[in-house]
Amino acid sequence: MLRFLAKRLLMMIPLLIGITLISFVVIHLAPGEPTDMQTDLNPDASVELQERLRAQYGLDQPLYVQYGQWLGRLSRLDFGESFSLDHRPVMEKIRERLPITIIINLLSIILILAVAIPIGILSATRRNSLFDRATTVFVFIGFAMPSFWLALLLMDYGGVRLGLFPIAGIRSLGHEYLSFSARIWDLVHHLILPVFVSAFGGLAGFSRYMRSNMLEVVRQDYILTARAKGLSERVVIYRHALRNALLPVITLLGLSVPGLIGGSVIFETIFAIPGMGKLFYDGVMMRDYPLIMGVLVIGAILTLVGNLLADISYAMADPRIRRS
Amino acid sequence: MIRKSVSVLLVLLMMVLLLSGCQPDEGFVPESDADAKPAYGDTFIEASIGEPSNLLPILATDSASSEINGLVYNGLVRYDKNLKLEGELAESWDISPDNLTITFHLRKGVKWHDGAPFTSADVMFTYRLYIDPDTPTAYAESYKQVKHAEAPDDYTFRVTYDKPYAPALGSWAMRILPKHLLDGVPITKSPLSRHPIGTGPFVFTEWQSGEKVVVEANPDYFEGRPFLKRVVYRVIPDQTTQFLLLRNGDLDYMDLSPIQYQTQTDTLAFERRFNKYRYLAFSYTYLGYNLERPLFKDRRVRQALSYAINKQEIIEGVLLGLGQAATGPYKPDTWVYNPNVKRYPYDPDKARALLAEAGWHDSDGDGILDKDGRPLQFTIITNQGNDLRIKTGEIMQQRFREVGVSVKLRVIEWAAFLKDFIHAGNFDACILGWAGGPEPDQYNIWHSSKTGTRELNFIHFRNAEVDRLLEEGRRTFDQEKRKKIYDRFQEILAEEQPYTFLYVAESLPVVARRLHGIEPAPAGITHNFIRWYVPEEEQKYAR
Repeated sequence: MLRFLAKRLLMMIPLLIGITLISFVVIHLAPGEPTDMQTDLNPDASVELQERLRAQYGLDQPLYVQYGQWLGRLSRLDFGESFSLDHRPVMEKIRERLPITIIINLLSIILILAVAIPIGILSATRRNSLFDRATTVFVFIGFAMPSFWLALLLMDYGGVRLGLFPIAGIRSLGHEYLSFSARIWDLVHHLILPVFVSAFGGLAGFSRYMRSNMLEVVRQDYILTARAKGLSERVVIYRHALRNALLPVITLLGLSVPGLIGGSVIFETIFAIPGMGKLFYDGVMMRDYPLIMGVLVIGAILTLVGNLLADISYAMADPRIRRS
Repeated sequence: MIRKSVSVLLVLLMMVLLLSGCQPDEGFVPESDADAKPAYGDTFIEASIGEPSNLLPILATDSASSEINGLVYNGLVRYDKNLKLEGELAESWDISPDNLTITFHLRKGVKWHDGAPFTSADVMFTYRLYIDPDTPTAYAESYKQVKHAEAPDDYTFRVTYDKPYAPALGSWAMRILPKHLLDGVPITKSPLSRHPIGTGPFVFTEWQSGEKVVVEANPDYFEGRPFLKRVVYRVIPDQTTQFLLLRNGDLDYMDLSPIQYQTQTDTLAFERRFNKYRYLAFSYTYLGYNLERPLFKDRRVRQALSYAINKQEIIEGVLLGLGQAATGPYKPDTWVYNPNVKRYPYDPDKARALLAEAGWHDSDGDGILDKDGRPLQFTIITNQGNDLRIKTGEIMQQRFREVGVSVKLRVIEWAAFLKDFIHAGNFDACILGWAGGPEPDQYNIWHSSKTGTRELNFIHFRNAEVDRLLEEGRRTFDQEKRKKIYDRFQEILAEEQPYTFLYVAESLPVVARRLHGIEPAPAGITHNFIRWYVPEEEQKYAR
């Protein structure tokens, strides 16, 4: 097992370098440079300034030199300095935005699982019942509804008209004057709408997946055996079928690990949440290469780690895989 | 259990869907009248679409940073409410008879927010920082015109120019930075970019990335302590969210979109709680023709296209009437604006006649004019993300079609738009806008020497008389003489139509009604921000 792990980890290194190389080349292929964005169409900026800025950022070097420099810095765990006007370390900018993004994504995944798994099981066991049809309609409404629209409706009715929720942001204005528990409540209160909106759209995928897994499993011979033994339907479903139906969910969870740091730019913009989605989007629009690369590298590492974790936990949960 | 909660959710969802047809239920805030007494205190909350990038004014080019920097820092001079220059950190100034030397007499007793005294050394330091090649600033050009700068004593600062340079005085509205905190540190590494220390009416207190910037009144401000105790800039990237927050009382100020101004804020309930303002913004939108293209070398074609455009229709359709037709590069209510230039009212017949004169006829009967077997068609490009421009393009496309001109509209992401199209000279016509200011110098946009790559005369407009006028305008200090020069400049532009000047949009700010002391003026409403106040009985935030 240990050898297997070490091998997998070693294999991740060339993979990671390959990913960064491709990303680096692709983002530099996009037309426009950060210096253009800072000086263009500004009557006060001279062409000479643009040349100087390019030299300061090292953009006048050939691409492979730039990549080499970037890789050298990365090996010292330095993502470099942002090319945007604030010239701050990329690490610092990402660190500022990471916690809130992870919190929202984590809560949203938990909410999705807590709602989608039961829906999936029940619709599978009561296939074609009224419940099955109603939930199908419900989860597909969530899937089809544009999240920005739902968000705005909830903000207007839940926030402005009924006054139940704060409209946007993650903290109230007087947050720093509150007691510790009141601060936690303030944060939770602000997160209810965003988490609900981001989870609502994800229900369909997970619950349908769960439903079809369950249907698949229920047809298996060992379920027939269990029923033939005279076990109660409850035991058949929740002990024998459910466990097997849950296995593929592990893979899905592993795949959603990189999603933890990603955010939707539309969603963050509407709720005024300072998250990773907006940071990355603005970085791309401004051609802030170090920032883009920083976010991509973290995303790539999490994807690889997520896959590894999924494989390991799969092996632990399913003896058939362990033995083969 | 699960079945129950699902049905509850369904009901909730249905309610949300049904409620969208209901009338708004606005809260009611009692109104108080003009006898309100100025009082200190209260917090003023604004929203900003973008996060400020850098609170060192020398490095920042975005409007969010510049707004906050405007409260924290001062310049030597500033534009007053009537857009005339007045002293700020400079008490007065003298201009030598040959117009080459300006001597500023600085205000005494001004202190930086950390208590250090402000002197001419700070001005000198700021000037040197601007012209330092290692400073990545976009604002160096005006200061490079200075031949010699000196600070003979602590409260005098003198600059000498090679040639008379009329925009010089206005350029000293640049914000003065503290020497004692910045000297010896590379400017891009300075902690002041996240924590500014200036001489201005408000003192910086905190910046939470992506959330808000807070400044508080400077009790020792040299023009008197501002009435408002605190100003909070919240970063709210979406205008609809801003509007919801405003209606909920979480914001005291925002800029409305035309549709919000016209259709969402015209209720009595809204007007009881907010004051709306409107005035022309310092910017205009235009359709620029690439004069390197053979098609647009013919002035009659450009004029014909201008006649084919119904500017009023665009203003009604795109700005919902909240704007004015543009006739040239200046805002209609400024001293430099010349109303007596050739105008291009909507006249499709005249457009057709001019095109026929230029040799364009519909010889194959397909509804599109042609000449020598080539149809009259071109592509208008504009940048992604600006809906007003895209809609403007669509309206014009239709009108052009009516006079037999086939036009394609292409929307391109900003960075690619600049790099591959505008700067590469790879376009027929473009919809863009320029933002200006009180200073009328337009040298960088229209002079024939500014047609190089990445320079601003990207339509390649070349006109010897305009070149001469622009040079003269820069060298003339007397406003009446300057006006004559720029009047002629506007006449030529109107005759030549290198751009079809489309419209000047209006700024549409809205302010919570508890704010008093607001005086609309040509400069807008924020010129006397430190005199805005909330009467004691209406104050909302105790701390």
